[in-house]
Amino acid sequence: MITYIIRRLLYAVPLLVAVNVLTFVLFFVVNSPDDMARMQLGQKHVTEQAIQNWKHQHGYDLPLLWNDPQAGAQKLTETIFYQKSAKLFLFDFGISDSGRNIGSDIRQRMWPSLALALPSLLVGLLVNITLALLVVFFRETYVELGAGVICVTLMSISPLFYIIGGQFFIGKLLNLVPISGFGDGFDAWRFLLLPVAISVVAGIGSGVRWYRTLFLEEVEKDYVRTARAKGLSETQALFKHVLQNAMIPILTGVVVVLPLLFMGSLIMESFFSIPGLGSYTIDAINRQDFAIVRSMVFLGSVLYIVGLLLTDISYTLVDPRVRLN
Amino acid sequence: MTPPVMSSILSAFAARLVACALLLFSLVACDKAPLNNPYPPVDAGLSVLYSAFAERPKHLDPAVAYSSDEYAFIGQIYEPPLQYHYLKRPYQLQPLTATQLPTVRYLDAQKQPLPDDADASAIVFSEYLIKIKPDIHYQPHPAFSRNERGDFLYHALDKATLNDIDTLADLPTQQTRTLRAEDYVYQIKRLAHPKVHSPIAELMAGYIDGFAEFAQQTANVPVKALKDTPMLGAYALDEHRYRILIKGRYPQFLYWLAMPFFAPMPWEADAFYDQPGLKAKNITLDWFPVGTGPYWLEENNPNRRMVLSRNKHYHPDFYPTQGDAGDFEAGLLADAGKRLPFVDRVVYTLEKESIPYWIKFLQGYYDASGITSDSFDQAVTFSTGGDPQLTPLLRDKQIQLQASVSTSIFYLGFNMLDPVVGGDSERARKLRQALSIAVDYEEFISIFANGRGVAAQGVLPPGIFGHQDGEAGLNPVAYDWRDGRAMRKPIADAKRLMTEAGYANGIDPATGRALLLYFDTTAVGTDDRALMNWYRKQFEKLGIELVVRGTDYNRFQEKMRTGAAQIFVWGWNADYPDPENFFFLLYGPNSKVKHGGENAGNYANPEFDRLFEQMRNMDNSPERQHIIDQMQTLLRTDAPWLFGYYPKDFALLHSWYLNMKPARIINNRLKYSRIEDELREQKRRAWNQPIFWPLLLLILAMAAALYPAFKTYKRRQRRLS
Repeated sequence: MITYIIRRLLYAVPLLVAVNVLTFVLFFVVNSPDDMARMQLGQKHVTEQAIQNWKHQHGYDLPLLWNDPQAGAQKLTETIFYQKSAKLFLFDFGISDSGRNIGSDIRQRMWPSLALALPSLLVGLLVNITLALLVVFFRETYVELGAGVICVTLMSISPLFYIIGGQFFIGKLLNLVPISGFGDGFDAWRFLLLPVAISVVAGIGSGVRWYRTLFLEEVEKDYVRTARAKGLSETQALFKHVLQNAMIPILTGVVVVLPLLFMGSLIMESFFSIPGLGSYTIDAINRQDFAIVRSMVFLGSVLYIVGLLLTDISYTLVDPRVRLN
Repeated sequence: MTPPVMSSILSAFAARLVACALLLFSLVACDKAPLNNPYPPVDAGLSVLYSAFAERPKHLDPAVAYSSDEYAFIGQIYEPPLQYHYLKRPYQLQPLTATQLPTVRYLDAQKQPLPDDADASAIVFSEYLIKIKPDIHYQPHPAFSRNERGDFLYHALDKATLNDIDTLADLPTQQTRTLRAEDYVYQIKRLAHPKVHSPIAELMAGYIDGFAEFAQQTANVPVKALKDTPMLGAYALDEHRYRILIKGRYPQFLYWLAMPFFAPMPWEADAFYDQPGLKAKNITLDWFPVGTGPYWLEENNPNRRMVLSRNKHYHPDFYPTQGDAGDFEAGLLADAGKRLPFVDRVVYTLEKESIPYWIKFLQGYYDASGITSDSFDQAVTFSTGGDPQLTPLLRDKQIQLQASVSTSIFYLGFNMLDPVVGGDSERARKLRQALSIAVDYEEFISIFANGRGVAAQGVLPPGIFGHQDGEAGLNPVAYDWRDGRAMRKPIADAKRLMTEAGYANGIDPATGRALLLYFDTTAVGTDDRALMNWYRKQFEKLGIELVVRGTDYNRFQEKMRTGAAQIFVWGWNADYPDPENFFFLLYGPNSKVKHGGENAGNYANPEFDRLFEQMRNMDNSPERQHIIDQMQTLLRTDAPWLFGYYPKDFALLHSWYLNMKPARIINNRLKYSRIEDELREQKRRAWNQPIFWPLLLLILAMAAALYPAFKTYKRRQRRLS
């Protein structure tokens, strides 16, 4: 397995280089270093000299990808691309164009994101799997029909409605939790109750239907029929056999997103004023802060690769038939 | 037989349901404290003002910051020598850290004094002498901390210390020092230094003697070395006096002395923040200001919360004892003569979305609010006379509405270099005049600004010297004065002007088809479609086809720089309350295309430029008013802008928020604000009683819905067994 993991990690290197090049090209197709300077310097009294000063100080006065007048390797290294990208592979994100340390910002902001995303994922999983098992348990009854109708209805509603409706009903009409904000340390739980609840409710429709499909596929298989024939109750068959054998597709969906939980959720964090990473990238794009954009795209790519790797590893843990080689 | 696992799950569930219901009801009975209070108990007992910010400020360095959201913070922390009188209008300058308004001496080319009534042409330099008050102290800060031997404690931090600190508070010794005149001089040097990137550097290079030379001289030295490099036009005479030498006559310079750009900066701050390692921890001067103002930035987490706390070393400063007519009746003089500031802490919370902000304001968790389009109908209605009134919902909460016309203008500009709409030909002028009539800004204000604006009759908004109300201030090109009010001219007048311009019925004789004009804008979202359609309809009144060229921000700026745009919408917020700060937007040598200036429409009229040059150096007087009237007449005739509208600021204040007088130009308003904390606490409790019964109802309904399923389950199990 170790060999497999090392091989996968080595595969990741060219992939990350390619992602970096693509990000770089896409960003600079839309924004020139002059545009970036103007954005940072503001709207009033911006002169050409001020723009040149800013570019020089921030290293944007070099050629983008190829520095022809230079000799040897410097043709490649004395470019904006190299200067801004090389250190990423050492996870040194550097200083943003607005002057803040990106690594420090990420370290500070990822915990609130995780505080929201992890409970949302875990509680959501628990609720969705439980409800899906209940629906399977009551299959071919009015409960299954009713659950189907409710799930489709829940899926049809915009996530924004859940957020605004939840804030209005729970926060404003019932006055039970703060509408938005965040607390220090353990006090944060008060602010997380509502967004976590809304995340869970908003995900029930699709989640329950997805898990129901997985369980229904399993529940008709021979080994379940054998289990029932041996005298196991329906509940025991569902919880002890069906659930366990449906774990591979569940893991595929869950483990791959685990590392990305650090990256946060744009809408939830915006509406609930949670100081996470959700809006970090989009704010940077709006401010034309390339340093942050490249760092976040790089980090997202790394985390996604890690997520895929973890998924592969998790298969071996839940299914003894799977071997990584 | 019931299976043991399921039955135990369900019975446990039922038991917990009942327990929860009982608990909830007991909570209702016992605890009346609001559960939705977003603030920690640490704020209790202090006078705290709660506000919010939607976007983190880009800069808090007073040499760089230049936007209103940045001034909301640094205006409370840094103190320039002058400030505006809080209550008097039109705005009046008064000393802040200065002992009096600066004395001005005029000098000739040899820098010899001239008499006060010297001819303007003889004045080569104006020398400002500023005396500052003694015993003003900075907020405690590690940059000032010294040991017993007098050495700075934290100007050479070692690696181990750097590893141990995350914020300034981690450096235990925080000392202060008195404000010196050289701190003001040092800040002027910072404005000049190319590495600081001050937005007014180029502007000041044209005014302050030796400024440009200083910038060249220090281009390659670190900021902290500026202290020992002299600047010709700014120098300290002693600990409490400094001089600034201005080229020529520039009366508006006094207004600059009321802006944070000219606030003092201790050299120790740069020496401290310039250490490698601090920047990696986001500890920079741009994020942790060092000032003498009434507040200091205790917490700076721009992704969550920023907290200003009272500066315990703040110098004696008192609420004004005089105001405008009506201020006494409005309660604005109730605190006259009292020591400032009144509020201990100001908590700004990041609130990106308007809906949560609005709900929290209604719950009493924010003390003041603007009004967004989303909540406008909930907040304001208009009387039959057109006056804004609060809705019953807000009146019941005793919320106050403050409406004031801001010192800003939004206008529709023509690129005067464009061959169709630009230039000073009679054809183009009449075309622009016709559009001045056709584009109905009263309708615009009603539809797109919820009535929050005043259709502009000229360049100068109310509150700026030179603005005239009533018939005297009428734009006769687009309006008639009827029944005591300005009425937009009928569209027939505009059509007549179009015919005179050679575009009868909007037909372009060159093509024989409708005249095509191009509107360049960054408003390309779906929400902007209605606005763009509205513009098209306004132009269609004259038979003109308006083509909207949507573009991103960068390309739009490029079009403006290169003169490729034809018609555009632009705006301007006053830096200071002087007509020069508006008319310079139309001054020829400020043309954007030719000189990279702020004259976005590239308007150039030698007569206007001559009058501008004459007007800008004058003190406010009837003569100045006369020249301004002439300039307005020129602009109304040439119509390089459709004057658009002056936005109206609507602010909502809770009944416990006192002493707030609208004034967008005044940056340090916070020190005058007072909060009646007990009243706020009472109202919050009354408005935010938790209600549990709907939740209980919901749980019961779910239980009721599940009960038949449970019965089915039991039946099925019986059948199976």
